[in-house]
Amino acid sequence: MPEPSGGSSPPAPRRWSERPLAQLTLVRVREFVREPEAVFWTFMFPVLMTAGLGIAFRSKPEETVKVAVLAGGSAAADAAARLRRDPHLSVQLLDDSAAARALRGGKVALVLATHAGDGDLVEFRYDDTRPEGVAARRLVDDVLQRQAGRRDPVPVRDLAIRERGSRYVDFVVPGLLGMNLLGSGIWGIGFAVVDARRKRLLKRLVATPMPKAAYLASFILSRIALLVLEAGALLAFGALVFGVPMRGSFGALALICVVSSLAFGGLGLLIAARPRTIEAASGLMNLTMVPMWVFSGIFFSSSRFPDLIQPFVQALPLTAVNNALRANLLEGATLAQVAPELAIVAAWLVASFAIALRIFRWQ
Amino acid sequence: MPAPTGAASVPPAPAPTPPPALVLRGLRKTFGAVVAVDDLDLEVAPGECFGLLGPNGAGKTTTIEICEGLTAPDAGLVRVLGESWDRDPRALRERLGISLQETQFSEKLTVVETIQLFRSFYRRPRPLEEVLAAVQLGEKRNGRVGQLSGGQKQRLALACALVADPELFFLDEPTTGLDPQSRRQLWDLIEEVKRRGCTVVLTTHYMEEAERLCDRVAIVDHGRIIALGTPRALIVELGARHVIEFQVGRADGPGEAPISDADLLALDGALGVRRRDGTYLLQSTQAHRTVPALLAYLGARGLPLDQLSTHSATLEDVFVHLTGRLLRDA
Repeated sequence: MPEPSGGSSPPAPRRWSERPLAQLTLVRVREFVREPEAVFWTFMFPVLMTAGLGIAFRSKPEETVKVAVLAGGSAAADAAARLRRDPHLSVQLLDDSAAARALRGGKVALVLATHAGDGDLVEFRYDDTRPEGVAARRLVDDVLQRQAGRRDPVPVRDLAIRERGSRYVDFVVPGLLGMNLLGSGIWGIGFAVVDARRKRLLKRLVATPMPKAAYLASFILSRIALLVLEAGALLAFGALVFGVPMRGSFGALALICVVSSLAFGGLGLLIAARPRTIEAASGLMNLTMVPMWVFSGIFFSSSRFPDLIQPFVQALPLTAVNNALRANLLEGATLAQVAPELAIVAAWLVASFAIALRIFRWQ
Repeated sequence: MPAPTGAASVPPAPAPTPPPALVLRGLRKTFGAVVAVDDLDLEVAPGECFGLLGPNGAGKTTTIEICEGLTAPDAGLVRVLGESWDRDPRALRERLGISLQETQFSEKLTVVETIQLFRSFYRRPRPLEEVLAAVQLGEKRNGRVGQLSGGQKQRLALACALVADPELFFLDEPTTGLDPQSRRQLWDLIEEVKRRGCTVVLTTHYMEEAERLCDRVAIVDHGRIIALGTPRALIVELGARHVIEFQVGRADGPGEAPISDADLLALDGALGVRRRDGTYLLQSTQAHRTVPALLAYLGARGLPLDQLSTHSATLEDVFVHLTGRLLRDA
């Protein structure tokens, strides 16, 4: 029972802004916005990344398929002339070594060699593991056969459907958002905690009546406050500049972002629970983040990894976050539809916070 | 009942004699094979300014951090303001002011923001302006912590402790690494805290600091108290020692000191010699015999005497005497 001392009056009711949680959260936000590098990496980097990738991988339906014809003899010149009649093909005559170089370097998708003396045999040289090689082979074959008089028995008609949501930029924006949430959760919380421990500030805080829960909660609150800005900046850029669709409900998207951000914050807290030096914490952060950068489907689909390691890949929190974000943004999935992903993320959230609080070193 | 004056920092005592501000009994703490605190007993009275004096590694910081409830002792009893740390630590922390060794506050915050943060932790914080004025950081109020000088940072650390309006103030090496002017400023500040009726426990390895600030000091070495008392009493215990301070004019130009230590030690009653900024400090058992011998010696060498004063021995002399005897040939 606290008894009021002597002649002093009981404590005046304090405004919310004078309470520990508000003050600690303000400190977090101030420390962040007064660090120009942190602001760049959090806000500008993903936006620049989106811009770069969106331009590099923009969809170009009018683009032609580049092929080479091995120079030499009238058969080669004749084949080149026929192929040039097709508007989808861009044809060049090259000698043997130049053609091989062009194929290796990806400048042409296919090299066509004619063998005049061998019953007009035509040879296709291409990399059958590359989609553009396979596509070029089909197209060139088609053109040659038709021009030689082939008639197709089944009549066909083309109807082009170009839909937003299936381009590379549409794929990569949710991935970058997930990566950004991971990075700012782990770096933002991890470095701040370890730095405070290294500077003995943590010890100084524990020497006051500060509620320890308020200290940890301030990280969560500041994370959510900054999340609104960082997710908002990236999504707004993607939507306005590249027309990336946002088909899911906004509330569901916000919930996915908040849960994800807290789970990554929990990981950050767990990483920072014990190290005394920034170096030790950096190692742990890389150990945590690099596998997710590789496996969790930021720049390409995680389904490309073999079935053997899929259980591991699917259990990673960033995989679940990216899948949930893509489902929401691109497919308009409801919360119920992304429940399995959210359950994985929530499990990481609970486990990391529970362990972090148990092993946290305050001094 | 009406309080007599506005000063309410000392609560009306229910018992006729208030409990000691700090009691340590049989305190012991080891880190691996190193015994940091070795069976230490201590009692600090309310309103007292008490100093733990000793070299680096003597166990001062471990002792004070046990008192602050930051380190658990291996054995022994700790009572802070009559309370034990395992009862209600938060209530106890409300009543303590703490300044740790080498705390670095966030460099990106301003002075006011840092103090406001610490104010938010206390139920009854002192007003911001009052604290700012007490540590004379009013002009720097909106300056970033990273831009402050060492002395200003240390005053900020004190401000963050003063916001508690503490009954008991722990200061771990408050002036280590500061320039003399900042140190004096900090001493004034600590004296102001004492005047408010606050009990102060500080550690230091500056004898001058302990002598100036502390009502009593404990000289700590190897985790044990090897001497305890008022600075004056400790010095008296040494015997009637004096220190003769003098400067010699540069008759033969700048450069080498013209007098050797051996010559001075040969003087009647001389015990030891130290030099500080061109001043000789000659320790003596009997100043009335050493001073004439010194004058005769300087006269014979034709050296002009610039300045001469004698003063009683200081705590520094006590420390050298005590640890010298303990550590010699070790």
